[in-house]
Amino acid sequence: MAISNNRLSKEQYAENFTDIHPPFETADAALVEANRCLFCYDAPCTKSCPTGINVPKFIKQIATDNIKGSAHTIFSSNIMGAGCSKVCPVEKLCEGACVYNLMEEEPIEIARLQRYATEKAMAGNWQLFQRKGSTGKKVAVVGAGPAGLSCAHVLAREGVDVTIYEKEGKGGGLMTYGIAAYKVTPQFCEDEVNYILGIGGIEVKYSQELGKDISLAELKKNFDAVYLGIGVGVARKLDIPGEKLEGVVDAIQFIYDIRAKGYPSVPVGDKVAVIGMGMTAIDAATQAKRLGAKEVTLVYRRTEAEKPCTDVELDIAKLDGCEVIWLAAPQKVKGSGGKVKQLVCSVMKLGEPDASGRRSPVDTGETFTMNVDMVIKAAGQVPFEKLVSKYKLDNTYGKLVVKDKASTNIKGVFAGGDAVNGGKEVVDAVQAGKDGAAAILRYLNIQ
Amino acid sequence: MADISSNFLGIKSPNPFWLASAPPTDKKVNVLRAFEAGWGGVVWKTLGSQVKNVSSRYLAVNFGAKKMMGLNNIELISDRPLDLNLKEIKECIRLFPDRAMVVSLMADNDKKSWHELIRKVEDTGAHGLELNFGCPHGMTERGMGAAVGQDPEIACMVVEWVMEAATIPVITKLTPNVHSVVPTGRSVVKAGTNGLSLINTIQSVTGIDLDTFVPNPYVAGKSVFGGYCGPAVKPIALKMLTTISQDEITNKVPISGIGGVSTWKDAVEFMLLGASNVQVCTAAMNYGFRIVEDMIEGMNNWMDEKGFKTLDDFIGKSVEKITHWEDLDINYHHIAKINQDKCIHCGLCYIACEDASHQSINLAYGKPYNTYTVKEEECVGCNLCKLVCPVNECITMEEHRVAPEYLNWIEFQKRGLPLNDH
Repeated sequence: MAISNNRLSKEQYAENFTDIHPPFETADAALVEANRCLFCYDAPCTKSCPTGINVPKFIKQIATDNIKGSAHTIFSSNIMGAGCSKVCPVEKLCEGACVYNLMEEEPIEIARLQRYATEKAMAGNWQLFQRKGSTGKKVAVVGAGPAGLSCAHVLAREGVDVTIYEKEGKGGGLMTYGIAAYKVTPQFCEDEVNYILGIGGIEVKYSQELGKDISLAELKKNFDAVYLGIGVGVARKLDIPGEKLEGVVDAIQFIYDIRAKGYPSVPVGDKVAVIGMGMTAIDAATQAKRLGAKEVTLVYRRTEAEKPCTDVELDIAKLDGCEVIWLAAPQKVKGSGGKVKQLVCSVMKLGEPDASGRRSPVDTGETFTMNVDMVIKAAGQVPFEKLVSKYKLDNTYGKLVVKDKASTNIKGVFAGGDAVNGGKEVVDAVQAGKDGAAAILRYLNIQ
Repeated sequence: MADISSNFLGIKSPNPFWLASAPPTDKKVNVLRAFEAGWGGVVWKTLGSQVKNVSSRYLAVNFGAKKMMGLNNIELISDRPLDLNLKEIKECIRLFPDRAMVVSLMADNDKKSWHELIRKVEDTGAHGLELNFGCPHGMTERGMGAAVGQDPEIACMVVEWVMEAATIPVITKLTPNVHSVVPTGRSVVKAGTNGLSLINTIQSVTGIDLDTFVPNPYVAGKSVFGGYCGPAVKPIALKMLTTISQDEITNKVPISGIGGVSTWKDAVEFMLLGASNVQVCTAAMNYGFRIVEDMIEGMNNWMDEKGFKTLDDFIGKSVEKITHWEDLDINYHHIAKINQDKCIHCGLCYIACEDASHQSINLAYGKPYNTYTVKEEECVGCNLCKLVCPVNECITMEEHRVAPEYLNWIEFQKRGLPLNDH
């Protein structure tokens, strides 16, 4: 057993990381699906979209051959509508609410139709929004992730000049760095960021990290308002013995490397344990398998009923051949020569419901041991507690506290996205960015 | 099993499904395939003057994902040599002696041409003639087709010529491109036609190419009005058929129903409104001759279910059900009811009623599913909600009579009852 990279041929990598939700091949196929839509009033799909995309309208516009109008409808509510069509867990959002489910019929393929319209808009570089005249106001946005980009786009539309400070070398945030490559490719993410920036009035300064290269005080001084879309940081520590051994990796880092360095460069073990059962855990497990790991096992301390990922996501992992062990909590990682050899887990049982309403796992005292050479930690991410505390921003264990959806305790400083909610979907961050922009526009007396 | 054999003016066919005079019946190879598929009869594509066709010829109106809700054509009468058509008609009759062979005719506008054409066609052994007084394009400019059917006097004259020569049953096909089909219908019945058929196609423009601005169908940068047919025209055909079935002169002769017949249900509807048989074209052009299989079985099963032994048991049964507005019972009232177990919360009933009818549906907000209920006191019973609902039997109309007795508009006025009270 050993960790190694370059396990597969170029063709195998390409096949393993091919688009998991392929687009409609033809306009006819999209039309058939668009015409299935009932065009509901006050539609459940729209109400189930965190950004409130007018789904029946954009689908109707595909059916009437008004693709430009369709893309405009989508982007009006969600400027990352193209990316969201690929990464949203639609089974628990729009498609999950489609009224066809109540007829025991397949729901409308909303995501696929959304992809159809938005890809055409991106490919044609249709700039569907025109900036209003300059207001003379300047806003700094920290983080070029979904929240920051969404906020910046709304502000730019309203005639505000925006400067985004991004610590990475590319924009897109977790869309670019934190999602399985078979959902969105790095190239797509780059294209999407460029498309969003195409409106003009947004300058991005890359490799600029808050607290290191820039300070909040500076930003406050130089801009009329500041929006913090700083996201969350590294994976939560397990706080168990052996966590420092070679072979214990952070899921976010693992996914980041796959996207930033390319498939052959990323080492993976023969036998991999993934701790957690959220979307990131699934993305890490499936990609470990697709990079050539022989055995991948997801370890989760609760049962299937409490899992944070959707059924669809779990099915992807299972279809990839990943194993799942429920009611197992990592107790220690054992190694030799500084390298991971075994993962010891406690057997859990369900106790009383906790604050989230889910029954909390209780240690039974029994343990079992798995032979593994790699452990991927995906038990949630930790907010930037130190950073935000340093700036005296109200927070709960690092999660920023906001009023009226976006205002922090510091005047002129606004926040949203994962930095506030602790880590949700891309689409939630996009909405947070819109809310932030609305609050900033009110604050600046624009509109 | 019911007996669906048909006898139209003595022309017998194993079922009442004939193919209308059109491209599917223009030559032996098609007609033999149609008979093999089970069609009861054909009306051979119109024979007459020498013509020359153009390209293109057809265009359609689609509805959503559904293709060919309506079809439009600018094809003329048969453009094959007359002798070849006559020879093939004869062969088809010989190979399928139990099927109806009616030949559509449109001679030049003189008695001699008609007599000559009738003699030649009768020599084939054909069972009947259908006079094409309906074709709305190409031939009208030459004083034929709809130009004849639109003028009762000319139609009368031509039928009189025909009846002088014909020894087999004559059916006159009526054009719908008139304000009423009854005047020409009456005129040709008086002139002696043995039967009527309707409708022919309706003049139309099916659409325009938004890049070239040329309407359809495209012929070298120009277009013309074409004849519209298919499912879209069925309601118009049924209305015109009803006027013929209810007129005391025209209802003395048998009627062959035409206009968007695609299924056994359509056929039954035409026959309930007085057609003795039906003619089909667009559905066959869309799907081929095989559609007749279900038409035969479907009608048979329906007749068995209803206890009808022969076609005559139900032909014309609905004619008297269509009345004048002032005879309708004003005391009849029904109210929509939404079955909450079946409702899928699409909101289509709500928005249709709210924006376009009587604001009679209540919306109780829910996330993501709203609840919709009928405000009974507001509902006028218009049916709109039921029509837009995608779930079968989810919205039903429940009878709530205003009063038990029948009350029509005339009586209502006499009694001085309140008007404009909703």
